[in-house]
Amino acid sequence: MDDLNQLLLGFQVALTWHNVLFMVVGVLLGIVVGVLPGLGGPNGVAILLPLTFGMDPTSAIILLSSIYWGALFGGAITSILFNIPGEAWSVATTFDGYPMAQQGRAGEALTAAFTASFIGALSGVVLITFVAPLVAKFALRFGPAEFFGVFFLTFCSFIGMGRENKAKIVASLALGFLLAAVGLDTISGDLRLTFGTSELMKGFDFLVVVIGLFGVSEILLTIEEGLHFKGKRAAMDLAVVLRTWASLPRYWATLIRSSVVGMWMGVTPGGAIAASFMGYGLAKRFSRTPESFGRGEVEGVLAPETAAHAAGTSALLPMLALGIPGSATAAVLLGGLMIWGLQPGPLLFVEKKEFVWGLIASMYLGNIAGLLIVLATVPVFAAIMRIPFALVAPIILVVCAIGAYTVESSRFDIWLMLVFGVVGYVFKKLDYPLAPLVLALVLGDRAEDAFRQALLGSGGNLSVFFSNGLVSTLMILALLLLFWGPLGEVRKRIARKIGLSRPAPMTP
Amino acid sequence: MAEASPSTTERGISRRLVETIVSLALMGVAALALWDSYERGAGWDNGPENGFFPARVAWILAIAALATLWSAFRREESVFVTYEQLRLVAQVFVPLFLYVLAIAFIGIYLASALFMALFMLMLGSFRWWQTLLAVVLTPLIIFWVFELQFRVPLPKGPIETMLGY
Amino acid sequence: MRVAVTAAIAAALLPVSAAQAWEPTKPIEIIVPFPPGGSSDQMARTIQGAIQKNNLVKQPIIIVNKPAAAGGEAMLDIQKSAGDPHKLITTSSGIYMTPLATKLPVSWKDFTPVAMMAQDAFVLWVNAASPYKTAKDFIDAAKTANPPLKTGGNGSKREDHLISVTMEQVGGAKITYVPYQGGGPSSVQLAGGHIDANMNNPAEEVANWRSGAVKPLCVFSQKPMEYTQKVTADMAWSDIPTCPSQGLNVTYQMLRGMFMPGKVTPEQQAFYVELFRKVAETPDWKAYLERNALVPDLRSGQAFVDFLTEDERKHKELMTKAGFIATN
Repeated sequence: MDDLNQLLLGFQVALTWHNVLFMVVGVLLGIVVGVLPGLGGPNGVAILLPLTFGMDPTSAIILLSSIYWGALFGGAITSILFNIPGEAWSVATTFDGYPMAQQGRAGEALTAAFTASFIGALSGVVLITFVAPLVAKFALRFGPAEFFGVFFLTFCSFIGMGRENKAKIVASLALGFLLAAVGLDTISGDLRLTFGTSELMKGFDFLVVVIGLFGVSEILLTIEEGLHFKGKRAAMDLAVVLRTWASLPRYWATLIRSSVVGMWMGVTPGGAIAASFMGYGLAKRFSRTPESFGRGEVEGVLAPETAAHAAGTSALLPMLALGIPGSATAAVLLGGLMIWGLQPGPLLFVEKKEFVWGLIASMYLGNIAGLLIVLATVPVFAAIMRIPFALVAPIILVVCAIGAYTVESSRFDIWLMLVFGVVGYVFKKLDYPLAPLVLALVLGDRAEDAFRQALLGSGGNLSVFFSNGLVSTLMILALLLLFWGPLGEVRKRIARKIGLSRPAPMTP
Repeated sequence: MAEASPSTTERGISRRLVETIVSLALMGVAALALWDSYERGAGWDNGPENGFFPARVAWILAIAALATLWSAFRREESVFVTYEQLRLVAQVFVPLFLYVLAIAFIGIYLASALFMALFMLMLGSFRWWQTLLAVVLTPLIIFWVFELQFRVPLPKGPIETMLGY
Repeated sequence: MRVAVTAAIAAALLPVSAAQAWEPTKPIEIIVPFPPGGSSDQMARTIQGAIQKNNLVKQPIIIVNKPAAAGGEAMLDIQKSAGDPHKLITTSSGIYMTPLATKLPVSWKDFTPVAMMAQDAFVLWVNAASPYKTAKDFIDAAKTANPPLKTGGNGSKREDHLISVTMEQVGGAKITYVPYQGGGPSSVQLAGGHIDANMNNPAEEVANWRSGAVKPLCVFSQKPMEYTQKVTADMAWSDIPTCPSQGLNVTYQMLRGMFMPGKVTPEQQAFYVELFRKVAETPDWKAYLERNALVPDLRSGQAFVDFLTEDERKHKELMTKAGFIATN
């Protein structure tokens, strides 16, 4: 129980009044950068980093990591209210969060998202607290083949046979892969699919595409139905928080599954983005009512948020223990650690005990502070839905343009956003699913890199993907998930033919 | 988008036409990718060459687009968007297009102000002072947050240069 | 090109008092052609911290990361900003390697060289559990290994890939280079035993060295590093032998410097030369050098231009030999 004593000591460090103040300031700032697309955790951290050089390292890292928590919480807000993901990992939250807001359940969706984030983060922190060294060793077992296994598993868990036309699912997925391939190829160091233009050289940034596909196209679709938001007036009081909480225990299985997926993806480091998609995909796969997903199912908000937040938190573990940043924010934090003269790595836990445990204690406290602060803002954000469309729409579009620009400081990206806005509009009206495109865009090139790295190492021998227990398990699990849907269908069809189709029990 | 299906009597752009255009566009993208990939090598040389995956994916895209085209012609014809809806969409899209165009010349702040003014006057029913307040305040707040607080430089035009930014 | 070089010479000749003639009038942007957290980013943020802490400039410093296309996009951006005295770009060998490898129409000669801040060493690292004790052991093992030994690193046709290929040619062995997304991932892959060696900078590998996951075989330079303070229980950076002394005649170092866009006035250039001279004297910068085991090497004016010209020639030669020059 040495660890517990250390943790209590950490709480003593973190609970001094000025550290609590830093925590609140950090969370508030984090929410702001999380809400605005284009600004993210890395911006918030990078901006404050120079200010913290004069501070005591523990206070500094508490301030900076609180920004990280705030940004994780804030990403969900615009996803739910306007269908614009503030951060890449909240794309999956839009799938059900936005329909909920349209049905006048914005308050419920926001509460569910924040609470799920909190649960995810908490499981990540518990992981860091108790099994850090063990998990750090596990992360070392991931070579290129294993990474490919993880990405393949994500694809297979997410790409089921949806309601849409199958050819359109495939077309959307393929288009996403092609967009991901544009730009510099890591393995060969050559430019691909750029056709000699310097604008295409940097490839298609995920956030730019998503702002167009989801945000801009949504405004175009909304306007078709007249000049107002489809969202009904949302409940404004805090009672909605309690009502939503009362309904959460029902989804314990989803919450646990997503937490596990998230922690695992954060450590490996598959990342929060992949985790959120996998969490969503698995929740839909194991749901009794998969057809209600995408139409305002609260589980569809809980699953990706829990997973993303668990991953985002666990991503700090490889950073502290191994010195590999699991995310861009973690990377900037890492730079900060070194500037304070702290060398991340296995020895940090031994040499700088009070720092590490102060940080871990602040993770608990920062997330509690974050949850309280964001819950208090639910009525404020829900009230945005009452502002007239003719005022909110141009502001959203201006914010979209800024978001698209800031990703790479490129004016060309604003044009891309516009183009993808039209593409999104046409695709949505023609029932091309957008989620496979987005998923392929995020993970496509990373999966390809891992595949080719693995084959470089094995001299082109494909058996590398079944060369040890870990990678074989990943691959087999992925293939099982891929064929889960079709197999189930075949079974049903056989059952129907034999005439055994009896009405399913209505109550669980 | 269930509520988007308009009554069949209303006139508009044919869905089959749009399906065809999209399929052809996807095939065009696939063709471009194929051309680029085979140019650089799409074979297997101790592991995939850098055009291997794009080429395979492009073939899949082409086939999927073809299948979509085929099913579009088997489906009953319907209206993709009515002319009335198109007019509404154009009311947003045209100002948006002009906005993006204007950013290149006058910077994002002034362009945003003009865009918001146009949008609010055309589509809203606000009092003049409400419009003015929104148009002036939004760019100022954006400037304060991005340039002054977060030090994220946004595109600027001649006016900002004149003011020393 | 001629303008830039003349300006550089002029700057070097200007007396210090004249350097005060120009002052920045708005925030200064430092463009980092790599993602946040990388070693170039850390250098930029250290400089930012050193300037702000010691109040060297009245205007704020902003860091903008433009990692696309191995820094190619950032270079094009600087090329387009000719005449803008409020922009700087951090540079590494990528400034010649990226244009040579991708045929981008951009060259450092379009920019205004400001100062070289330091040189970064490269070290041959292996997993601590591996049997190799010297560079010779490693090369001998590589000669007979089947499948070939694997090295990993920063990305295709980048600095450490160049070293890997040069090692192959000098040592007469076949080595497979696996490109990862950066020095960090490559370090973890080595610690996990997925590759046999890497050629990381000291800063990228120091954590794993101290924890006993990896060990250094040799440093790719003519003389050992200067830092004599113990990093692990019994070794300092200066204790790592040079590769040539172990029979592996490969040397390589990477510059870390600062450029401005082309067509700026000599006064503007002189301001930044002076600024970086001051930065190099701050304790923050010295601590940064020591922590990352960088080789201090401050050059500006003609000395910097000469270095760049010679270094580019060397890279062109090495890259041609390695087959990295873009052909199509």
